[in-house]
Amino acid sequence: MKSHVWRPLWIVLGLVGLILLLRPLIVPSDFGTGERGFMYGYHRKGNEEDWKAIKVKYRSKEYCKDCHQEKYDSNMSSKHSIIQCENCHGPAVDHPENPEKLVIDKSRALCIRCHAYLPYEQSDRSKIKGINPAEHNPDMECSMCHDPHKPNLGG
Amino acid sequence: MKFSRRELLITAAKGALITALPMGAIKFLEPKEVMAEIKGPGKVRWAFLVDTYKCVGCGLCVKACKNENEVPYDTPVTRTWVERYIIKKDGEMLADSPMGARDGFTENKIRETAVDPKDIAKAFFVPKLCNQCDTPPCVQVCPVGATYQTTDGVVLIDRSWCIGCGYCIMACPYGVRFFHPVHKVTEKCNFCYHRITKGLNTACVDACPFGARMIGNLKDPNDPVTKIVLTERVGVLKSEYGTKPQVYYLGLDENVR
Amino acid sequence: MTAETAQNAEMVVHGLEWTVKELFTYPNEFIYWTIQIVMYPFLTGLVAGAFVLSSLYHVFGQDDLKDIAKFSLLFSFALLLVAPMPLLFHLQQAQRNWEVMLTPHFTSAIAAFGMVFSVYMAIVASEIWFVHRKFFVEQVNDLRNKEGIGNAILRIIYSVLTLGAHDISDAALHKDERAVKMLAGIGIPVACFLHGYAGFIFGSVKANALWMTPLMPVIFIMSAIVSGIALCLLTFVLIMEWQKWQISRHGRRHWQMSADEVKGAEIDMVKKVSKYLIGFLVAAITLELLDLIFRGYTAVKSWDILRSVIYGKDFVNIFILQYTVGNLVPFILLLLPGLTVKRAVLSTLLVLFGVFMMRWNVVIGGQAFSLTFAGYMHYHLPIIPHNLETFKEGLFGALLMGGLPFFFFWIFNKVIPSLKYK
Repeated sequence: MKSHVWRPLWIVLGLVGLILLLRPLIVPSDFGTGERGFMYGYHRKGNEEDWKAIKVKYRSKEYCKDCHQEKYDSNMSSKHSIIQCENCHGPAVDHPENPEKLVIDKSRALCIRCHAYLPYEQSDRSKIKGINPAEHNPDMECSMCHDPHKPNLGG
Repeated sequence: MKFSRRELLITAAKGALITALPMGAIKFLEPKEVMAEIKGPGKVRWAFLVDTYKCVGCGLCVKACKNENEVPYDTPVTRTWVERYIIKKDGEMLADSPMGARDGFTENKIRETAVDPKDIAKAFFVPKLCNQCDTPPCVQVCPVGATYQTTDGVVLIDRSWCIGCGYCIMACPYGVRFFHPVHKVTEKCNFCYHRITKGLNTACVDACPFGARMIGNLKDPNDPVTKIVLTERVGVLKSEYGTKPQVYYLGLDENVR
Repeated sequence: MTAETAQNAEMVVHGLEWTVKELFTYPNEFIYWTIQIVMYPFLTGLVAGAFVLSSLYHVFGQDDLKDIAKFSLLFSFALLLVAPMPLLFHLQQAQRNWEVMLTPHFTSAIAAFGMVFSVYMAIVASEIWFVHRKFFVEQVNDLRNKEGIGNAILRIIYSVLTLGAHDISDAALHKDERAVKMLAGIGIPVACFLHGYAGFIFGSVKANALWMTPLMPVIFIMSAIVSGIALCLLTFVLIMEWQKWQISRHGRRHWQMSADEVKGAEIDMVKKVSKYLIGFLVAAITLELLDLIFRGYTAVKSWDILRSVIYGKDFVNIFILQYTVGNLVPFILLLLPGLTVKRAVLSTLLVLFGVFMMRWNVVIGGQAFSLTFAGYMHYHLPIIPHNLETFKEGLFGALLMGGLPFFFFWIFNKVIPSLKYK
C-alpha cells in the first residue's frame, strides 16, 4: 500500500472524512429520521414547532361575541348567521390591541361573491338569492339598503 | 424434532389463536376502529372533506387562507383555490379558476367568454388544497429533507432548509406547490398546522359559510369527517398516481381534474 | 402598510415572468424548470460523452484515438466542473447547496446525483493525474533551474500537482498506466450512471406524463454520448485548425508536427470518431422513436394532451429542429462517402444542436401542458435581463454556462497541455 498509486484515494478519503467531521458542526442536532421513516420523515424536528408557533389571525365569531354582543345577537338571528364576522371585518388578530381598528369591507364585490346570480342549478349557488350586478342598482353600495348583519329588507 | 403431546397442544392452541386474532379484530371492532388501527400508530391522522354540492364559489376560503398564511394577496399563487366546471350539453368541458377564485365567481363567463345558460348541462365548484397524501411524492423527491410528513399526516416544509430546487413542485400531481414570493422557498397548504394543533379549524373551514369544507381526525371514529368518509360515497383526486390522497370529496364529478 | 409596500417591491412570483398560460391550468402552475435545467443535462451529457470517447482509447485500446483521448479527458473535467453550475443558478436558495452533501435524502434522485457526481469527479481527476504525473514531475525538474517569479509559481503548482510522487521510473510509470486503464474502466459505467441518473431525475417524476418512462435514463445516456463525442470532435478539429494556422504563421515549433501531418492525423481521426457518432446516434433515435410509438399505441389518459403538444404546439421543435435538422441531416452528411473535415464540423454542430433541442423538448416540453390535461403553458425565454432572476434563468445565464467549460479548459491547458504531440 506504499505505492504512489493510492495517493488520489487518500485525498478522496480525506475529503470524505472532512465532510463527516464538519457535518455535526453545521447540521442541527435535531435533524434526523422521524417516525414516518427515512422516505417521508427525514427532517429537522424543530421545524414542527416553528410551524405550530405561527400566529393565529382569524379568531372566529366566538372571539367577537364577548365585546360585540349586540351585533352578534342581531346577526345570529338572520340568514347571515352562517358568515364569519371576519369575512367582512378582516382578521381580528389581537384586536382591540393590535390592530386597534379593523378595516371593514363594505364593497359590492364582497356581496356579489355569493349574490351575483349564476345559472348553475347543480350547485347550491343557484339557491342563493341572486342579482345581476350590472342591472341591480349598479352605482350603489349594497349596504345602503341591506343591513349586512341582518340583510332582509325591513326584516 | 419430537413434540410431546402437551407441547403439541400448546403450539396448536397458539397457532389457532394467532390465526384467529385478525378475525377477532374484524368481529369485535367497529369498522372505523379497524381502519384507525390500519392507519398506523398515533392518535391523529388529519384528513379533509370537501362537499362539492355545498360550494357556491364565493372564494371566501381563498381570501381567508391568503391572509392567515401570509401568501401575498395580489399574486396568483395560493395555498387553496376553487375551480369552476361547466359541462355543456354537447359534452364540452369548460373550467377556470381566475386568481384561484380569490374574489369568487361573479360572472357567467369563462376566460372572458360568456356561456349560454341554455347550453349548460351541469356546472359546479370544486375547492382544492393539499391532499396531505399518505405516500407524498413531493416528500420522496426532496433532496435535502426540507419537506416531510409529521406523524399526524400533514406534510410540512422547513423554510430554513429548503434549497429551492423545485423538484417537489414537479413531483406533485395536484399542482399545490409553488415558490413563496417573499420567502423564496416552496410553499403549500399545511391544513393550517398552527391552527389545527391548537384545536382550531383551518382558516378556510371557518371562513366557509356553507360548510363545504371540513377537517377531521381519521383516527377518531366519532369524528364527523371520519363518519362520512366511512359511510358515504366519497372520492379522491387522481388516485392513479398512488399518492393515497387524504382530501375526500363528496359529489366528485369525473370531469374534475 | 409601508413595510408591506416594501415587501411588495421585492416580491417575485417565480415563473410568472416567462410563463404564458392557455385554457385551464391550476393557479400555481408555471414553468418552474427553465433554460438552466435544459443546460444541466446537456452539459452532464457532454461530460459523459467526452469521457466515454477518451475511454475508447484508454480501455479498448483504440490507438488512433490517442490524441483526442488525452484532450477529451481534460475537456470532460472542464465540463464536469461546470455541469452542476446550472443547478446552482436555478436554485432559489443557492447558498444552501451544501445541504445536498450534508443531509442527503437518498430517496431523491437529485441527492443521490450529488454523490455519484462527486465519485465521478474523483475518478476523472485521478485519471488526469495518472496520465500527466510524468509531465508534472518533469516540469518540476525543468523549472528548478529557471528564474523569475512566474516560473517559481508554476513550479509550486506542479509540485502540488505531483502530490509528492516523484518516482518516474519505468516501473512506476507502468503502474500509472495500469491505474489509468482501471480508472477509465470504472469510469465508463460511472459516467453512464451519472447521466442515466440525470435521466432518472426526469423519468421518475410520475406526475409528469411526458417525463415518466423507464426509457428516459437510457435515452439520456445515448444522446449524452452522441453530444459528448460531437463536441469533442468539434473542439478538437477547431484546435487543430488553429494550430495549422499558427504553424503557417510562426513556423513549426520543436514539439509540433508539420501542417500536413496535422491535416493527415485530423481527417483520420474525424472518420474514425464519426463512425462511433453514427452508431450512438442510431441507438439514441431508435429509443426515442420507440418511446413515441409506445405512447401513441398505448394511448393512456395523458395521450390526448401529449399528442396535441408533440404533433401540434411543439411540432417544429421536435420534428423539424430536433429530428430533422439535429438528427437526420447530420446522419446523412456523415454517411455520405468522402467525408471532409468541413462536412464533419457542420454535422457535429447540427448534432449538438439536435441534442440541445432534445433536452429542451424534454424539459420545457414536459411543462408545456398543464396537470389538468386541459390547458397549456408557453415558455418565453428572457433575453434582455432586467433583474437577477431574468439573467440567471435567461439567455445570458445559459450562454455563460455554455462558455464556462471552454474558459476552464483554457485555464487547465495552461498547466496541463493536453494538445501537445511527441
